[in-house]
Amino acid sequence: MASHGIEIKNLFKIFGPRGKKYIDAVMGGMSKTELNEKHGHVLGLKDINISMPAGQIQVVMGLSGSGKSTLIRHINRLIEPTTGSVVYEGQDVCQMSKSQLQAFRRHKTAMVFQKFALLPHRTVLGNTVYGLEVQGIGKDEAKRRARRWIDRVGLTGFEDHYPNQLSGGMQQRVGLARALTNDADILLMDEAFSALDPLIRTDMQTVLLDIQEELKKTIVFITHDLDEALRLGDRIAILRDGEVVQQGTGQEIVLKPADAYIADFIKEVNRGRVISVGTIMEPTPIEGDVIVELKPEDMLEVAAQVMAQQEEIRANVRDNTGKLIGSLRLKAVVDAMVTAATH
Amino acid sequence: MSLFTEFPDMSRSELRDFKKAIDGAFKDFIHAYGQGIEDFFKPLLYFLKWFENLLVGTPWPIMLAIVAALVWFGSRSLWLVLGTVASMLLIGYLGMWENMMYTLALTTVATLICIILGIPVGILMAKSNRMQAIITPILDIMQTIPAFVYLIPIVIMLGIGLVPGLIAVIIYAVPPIIRLTNLGIRLVDPDILEAADAFGASPGQKLWTVQMPLALPNIFAGVNQTIMMALAMVVVASLLGVHGLGLEVLKAVNNQYITLGFMNGLAIVAIAIIFDRTSQRFGKRLQKHSEVIHG
Ligand SMILES: Nc1ncnc2c1ncn2[C@@H]1O[C@H](COP(=O)(O)OP(=O)(O)OP(=O)(O)O)[C@@H](O)[C@H]1O
Ligand SMILES: [Mg+2]
Repeated sequence: MASHGIEIKNLFKIFGPRGKKYIDAVMGGMSKTELNEKHGHVLGLKDINISMPAGQIQVVMGLSGSGKSTLIRHINRLIEPTTGSVVYEGQDVCQMSKSQLQAFRRHKTAMVFQKFALLPHRTVLGNTVYGLEVQGIGKDEAKRRARRWIDRVGLTGFEDHYPNQLSGGMQQRVGLARALTNDADILLMDEAFSALDPLIRTDMQTVLLDIQEELKKTIVFITHDLDEALRLGDRIAILRDGEVVQQGTGQEIVLKPADAYIADFIKEVNRGRVISVGTIMEPTPIEGDVIVELKPEDMLEVAAQVMAQQEEIRANVRDNTGKLIGSLRLKAVVDAMVTAATH
Repeated sequence: MSLFTEFPDMSRSELRDFKKAIDGAFKDFIHAYGQGIEDFFKPLLYFLKWFENLLVGTPWPIMLAIVAALVWFGSRSLWLVLGTVASMLLIGYLGMWENMMYTLALTTVATLICIILGIPVGILMAKSNRMQAIITPILDIMQTIPAFVYLIPIVIMLGIGLVPGLIAVIIYAVPPIIRLTNLGIRLVDPDILEAADAFGASPGQKLWTVQMPLALPNIFAGVNQTIMMALAMVVVASLLGVHGLGLEVLKAVNNQYITLGFMNGLAIVAIAIIFDRTSQRFGKRLQKHSEVIHG
C-alpha cells in the first residue's frame, strides 16, 4: 500500500516561450483570455492546490481544455511547471535533477494513456515488460512478473499478439498491465477509459476497483465523465479553465455544488448511487421492532430497494462494529434521491 | 550605358588569379597531406580488394547458391529466387560473370559504408533541428552537383583506382539513407515517445526501444534507395578505373558497341532488381506487426 500522498502546491503553468514573465500578471488576476489575446501565451494551470490522499483514488474532472492532462503531467514532470511544487515523500518533483527524475519515473510512477500509447512493434508481453526493462531488470524475471499482470487483467493467451490485433478494450488492458507491472506506488491515468465503449468502460472500471481494493495505490484518474468520477473517486477535484473550482468527495460535490457550473454538471447524476445512507440518516436509532437494517455506507438506491421489498418505511442503521447509530425513513430516502439539496 | 549590354564581370586576369589561388592551395594541401590521406584509406582498399577476390575466387556454383540463399532469406519468395538464379546464369553464360562479381563487390561495400556512416548522421540530424538545418543543404549539394565535379578533387587526392571510385559512389548514394533515417525518427508518434518518457527511459533507451524500431521501415526504404543509387553510379565509377560491368559500358560507349553496351547495362538492371525486390520484401517482413489491423 502506498503510504504517501501527493501534495500539489501553488502550481502555475503558462504555455509559451516566456511563461515566467507573465506569472505576476496571472497571480494578479489576469484571465486566460486576456493573457492569450494580449501576450499570446496560454494559461494552462492557475494556482492549483490539491492534496491527493495516499492509497486512494483522486479523480480530476473537467471539460475539454480545462487543463486535466496538463495537471497530471506535472506529477511525473512530463510538463515543466512555471512555478509551484509537487511534493511526494518529502521531495519536490519539480526540483529533482535529471537522474532523480528518471529514477522517480522508473520506480515511483506508472502511467496509462487515453490513446493507449502501446509500442506497436512489440507483443502484449513485450509491452508489459517495458517498465521493468527500462529499470534494467533481467528478462526472465521481467517476463514472470509481467505474466502475472497480463493474467490479472484478463489477457491470458494473448501474450504473443501485437497491439493492432486487439480491440480497444483489450489494448487498454495491456496499458493497465504495463503500468501495474511497474509495481509503482503512484498510478497516473489520463482519461484511460475515455476511448472505450460504455460497456467495456464499466468493465475496466470494475477491473481497476478490484485491483485497487487489493493494492491500495495512490491513483490519479482523469476523466470528463461525472459518472466515472463518482464511481471511482475517493476524492474529486473539478477543474475549469485551469483552476480548481471545487474539491471534495463525490457526495460533497453532489450535495453542495460550489457554483452554477458544477450544479449544471451534476444535474443528470443518479443521486441514489452517490449519496450514502450515513449522509442523510437521523442520528437517533428507532426503538423497538425495526425489520430493515442498513449500513451507513449503503447507497440510497440500495436502501430504497431493500425497504420497498420489505414494504417497510423505516430502517435502522448499524455500523461495522455492530452499534446502532441512526435511522432512516423511506420518505427521506426518496426526497434525497429526487430533489437537489439546497445549500 | 555599357553596364546594360555587358555584364560587369571580374576582369579576366583577376578571375585567372582567383582560380589559380584556390587550385594552388588545394594542390599544396595535397602535397603536404596526400600521403596521409592515402594511408588513411589503405584499410578500405585492402578490404575492398579482399572482398572482390573473395567473390571472383569463389567457384560460380557456390556463389550462385550463396546468392540464392541470401535472396531466399531476405524475400522468402521462390519466384524471386528462381528469377535471380536464371538471370545470373544468363549473365554468366554471356561472359559477364567476373565483371558482375566486381560490380557486386563494389556496390555491397559501398552500401555497407553508406549504412555505417548514414544511420548515425541521420540520428544526429533527428536529434537537433540545428543539425538538420546544417546537414540538409549539404545533402542537397551531394545529390545535385554533377558527379564529374567532385571527381576532380578526388582524383587529385587519391589518383585513379578502386578507393576513389568507391568514394564517388558513396558521396552520391549516402544521402537517401541519411534523409530517411532522420525522417523515420522524426515521424515516430509523440504519444509513444511520451509513454517511454513516463516510464523513465533514458535517451539511449528511447532510441533503441522506440525510435529505431519504429523508424525501421523508413530506414529500410533509405537502404533500398542507396543501393539503387550506388548501382546507378558504377559507370561513373568506371571513369576512375573501377572494373566491372560499368567499365564495359564505358568501353561500349567509346567504341559504339551497341550489343556490349546493352548486355552490360541490362546486367546492372538485373542486379538492381534483385537487390530491390529482396530488400523490399525483407523490410516488409520486419514489419510483421503492422500486417493485421483490427477493425
Ligand atoms: N504545449 C502546449 N502549448 C500551448 N498550449 C497548450 C499546450 N498544451 C496544452 N495547452 C493548452 O492548455 C489548456 C489545457 O490543455 P489540456 O490538454 O490540459 O486539457 P484537457 O483538460 O486535458 O483537455 P482534453 O479533455 O481535451 O484532453 C488548453 O487550452 C490547451 O490548448
Ligand atoms: Mg487531456
